[in-house]
Amino acid sequence: MSKTKSISAAEPKQLVLEVNDLSISFGQQQVVEQVSFAIEKGKTFALVGESGSGKSVTALSILQLLPFPAAHYPAGSIKLMDKEVIGKNHTVMQALRGNSASMIFQEPMTSLNPLHTIEKQISEILFLHQGLNKKAAQCRCLELLELVAIPEPKKRLGSYPHELSGGQRQRVMIAMALANEPDLLIADEPTTALDVTVQLQILELLKSLQAKLGMAILMITHDLNIVKHLADDVGVMQQGKIVEAGSVERIFSEPQHAYTKILLDAEPQRDMPTLIRTKPLLQLNDFKVWFPLKKGLWQRTYDHVKAVDGVSLQLHQGETLGIVGESGSGKSTLVRGLLRLIESEGDIYFNGTNLQGLNLTAMRDYRQSLQIVFQDPFGSLSPRMSVRQIIAEGLEVQGQHSDAEIEIAIQQALIDVALPAESLDRYPHQFSGGQRQRIAIARALVLKPKILILDEPTSALDRTVQKQILDLLCQLQQQHQLSYIFITHDLSVVRAVSHRILVLKGGKVVEEGETEAVFSQPQQAYTQALLSAAMCFN
Amino acid sequence: MGWIATWQRIKQNPMNLNRWQTFKHNKRGYWSLWLFSGLFLLSLFAEFIANDKPLVVRYNDSYYLPVLYDYNELEFGGELDIPADYRDEYIQEIILEQGDIWWPLIPFSYDTFNYDLTVPAPSAPDSNNLLGTDDQSRDVLARLIYGFRISVLFAITLTIFSSIIGVAVGATQGYFGGRIDLYGQRFIEIWSGLPMLFLLIILASLVQPDFWWLLGIMLLFSWMALVDVVRAEFLRGRHLEYVIAAKALGQSHRAIMFKHILPNAMVATMTFMPFIFTGALTTLTSLDFLGFGLEVGSPSLGELIKQGKNNLQAPWLGITAFVSMATILVLLVFIGEAARDAFDPRKGA
Repeated sequence: MSKTKSISAAEPKQLVLEVNDLSISFGQQQVVEQVSFAIEKGKTFALVGESGSGKSVTALSILQLLPFPAAHYPAGSIKLMDKEVIGKNHTVMQALRGNSASMIFQEPMTSLNPLHTIEKQISEILFLHQGLNKKAAQCRCLELLELVAIPEPKKRLGSYPHELSGGQRQRVMIAMALANEPDLLIADEPTTALDVTVQLQILELLKSLQAKLGMAILMITHDLNIVKHLADDVGVMQQGKIVEAGSVERIFSEPQHAYTKILLDAEPQRDMPTLIRTKPLLQLNDFKVWFPLKKGLWQRTYDHVKAVDGVSLQLHQGETLGIVGESGSGKSTLVRGLLRLIESEGDIYFNGTNLQGLNLTAMRDYRQSLQIVFQDPFGSLSPRMSVRQIIAEGLEVQGQHSDAEIEIAIQQALIDVALPAESLDRYPHQFSGGQRQRIAIARALVLKPKILILDEPTSALDRTVQKQILDLLCQLQQQHQLSYIFITHDLSVVRAVSHRILVLKGGKVVEEGETEAVFSQPQQAYTQALLSAAMCFN
Repeated sequence: MGWIATWQRIKQNPMNLNRWQTFKHNKRGYWSLWLFSGLFLLSLFAEFIANDKPLVVRYNDSYYLPVLYDYNELEFGGELDIPADYRDEYIQEIILEQGDIWWPLIPFSYDTFNYDLTVPAPSAPDSNNLLGTDDQSRDVLARLIYGFRISVLFAITLTIFSSIIGVAVGATQGYFGGRIDLYGQRFIEIWSGLPMLFLLIILASLVQPDFWWLLGIMLLFSWMALVDVVRAEFLRGRHLEYVIAAKALGQSHRAIMFKHILPNAMVATMTFMPFIFTGALTTLTSLDFLGFGLEVGSPSLGELIKQGKNNLQAPWLGITAFVSMATILVLLVFIGEAARDAFDPRKGA
């Protein structure tokens, strides 16, 4: 392995970053406590932990990007190329940022300025740190774009961020970060917002760039698969402390600390009772959602965006149907269409009744049987309503229950999702992400639905919380004989929970079948690509 | 749910508590609110502060309340069968023979002509008329108090009505979008192009505009102020996940608009309201100043300014009008600023 080589080699190992006993406080509250780690040249160190564990704060303090004086350092030191950075003034830090150390952020949508071309954004750094003239900067831009393997780099120079895909944007971000050949690259969740196949490409890119340029990488992530794939050493963070650190092989093969074990164990496991299928509960025939494209003075429709184009599916009682696809494949549009929240075409048979064409009032009777839980637990609950009001709303809409009945139903729903009874009079912002998702499930569950549509219900959650929510969903399914439509881009999750899966691409069904059959013998090229990208991690 | 319960809910919401704290933190706005509310509350009882009728009359050991009831002169032993004129020295004498008269702080109403002036009107401030009299020998202070009341009442009514209409129109446009929104926006663009002042002038020649006429005409145009902000909030709000979730629960359009999206739009509305209020106040004043406002003789700040302009030799008229207008507007702007800061999501928290 390459590691043994570097130790035996004659050159002394060069530390790019050395963090010693670092503590960080916001006001009185200490968020990071005595964190120490070091990264050698050409190595990758990964900080792993759940949200709020202090990993991003640690990374930001290397570049001194935390708001001062709200954040301060009671103890510790950070040495970048043997130079202390804590307490350095603005001018010194500005010379360091983007030069000896640079950073890539999670969200490629918002970290590029939408009003400037790619060339302008990359050149800016070159002007600042290298004082290149316009001509030289353009050459260098082109070189950098070639380095990060953007197709047709010459054409892309004049493009604006919205003309690029998410993966390409992240490549541009990397190109910007590498513009001055930094010694240290800090990558804060660089692939979290991307699709699996793109994720793999970006990670491969980072790896090859590291081999070429010999920089050190500090990787911040919550995803253990990425760590396994990319990192040499790992530090596991929990509540501001590094609870365990060591080489990747050791951490994954013999984890010492209890928390590391929990993290590793949080991979969803398949545990499903067998299913007896009878008559389908829900059936879609040639289902379409087309958005018209209009132009001209009279807003004439000249074409359509075919978000969902001729999908047929069946769902039985107690069954989970996983819908997999990359972003933009029409997964969310499909379920919103079938809930009749947006205009659609095609038959929606629920229990033998065609829901298509029912008016608002007639539809209301079926709403309680078809409920939905959204991805973002922060956006799906009204911040101005207490938990009681949120859960009660659906029952009040039906208008057939007395106050006492509603109260009993709310209590029961709360017990079902394992939330304490005193939660009722609190407001959503007082809960964590996982708890909010439980509230959202309770809101759906209180109506005693037959079908629950789960639109990426665990994507915004940490691994351990994700496992809890999945366990809860499985348990509720058995308890209430629920049918789930489970939308996700996370293949390990879908494999663990669904009986059958449906692969969507560009609004069309690419492949459909029993979960295990699809996973072991994918028939279509697209499914194979999707699976192999995901398999690389697992 | 009753009103009280709703109010309790609004009060208990931590976000609103936070806003109130931020508002209180802005000392200038907080004190302005108290001062303004105090002045307004006082002016609501203007009849008990400035009136040409006594508060209480004791006559023959029975008590009379001339402020509230009209009494005939005969009841006090007078000779004519007419309502008692308490400013008449003869009446005062016959009452004082048998009892007592308690006058309000300012013994003039807004339309009382002071016939006892020793100099020609307008007369300078003296112990009798604290802020002097105007060119029709009416007490300026009394007219100021009544004028303030009618201006504020007018502004409040106009603000409430234009907010209700503006929010309703903005909400409908934003929530349903599409064609309704398109036509609504075009209509507003055309409508806001109509010259309001000309319309008022034309109307003033047809009818004698009173409080309600003016209110109606101004309402025709002032409701548009809020439409844009509310519409923007609803356009954004209708795609929020909790709104879609409410739709999936089977909630009706109206309930979704009221319960889920309107609270978001309320922030913009509440921020705008004090400024609509100031706008209404100044518009009424300027109409009065131009002579197209309330009917002749009614107390109003604009009319006071006009008198000040016509009687430059009597500076107390102009100065009173200026100082009172300036104070009211400054107080309102301070309140508005504090409210805006309190609702600003970037502050507080």
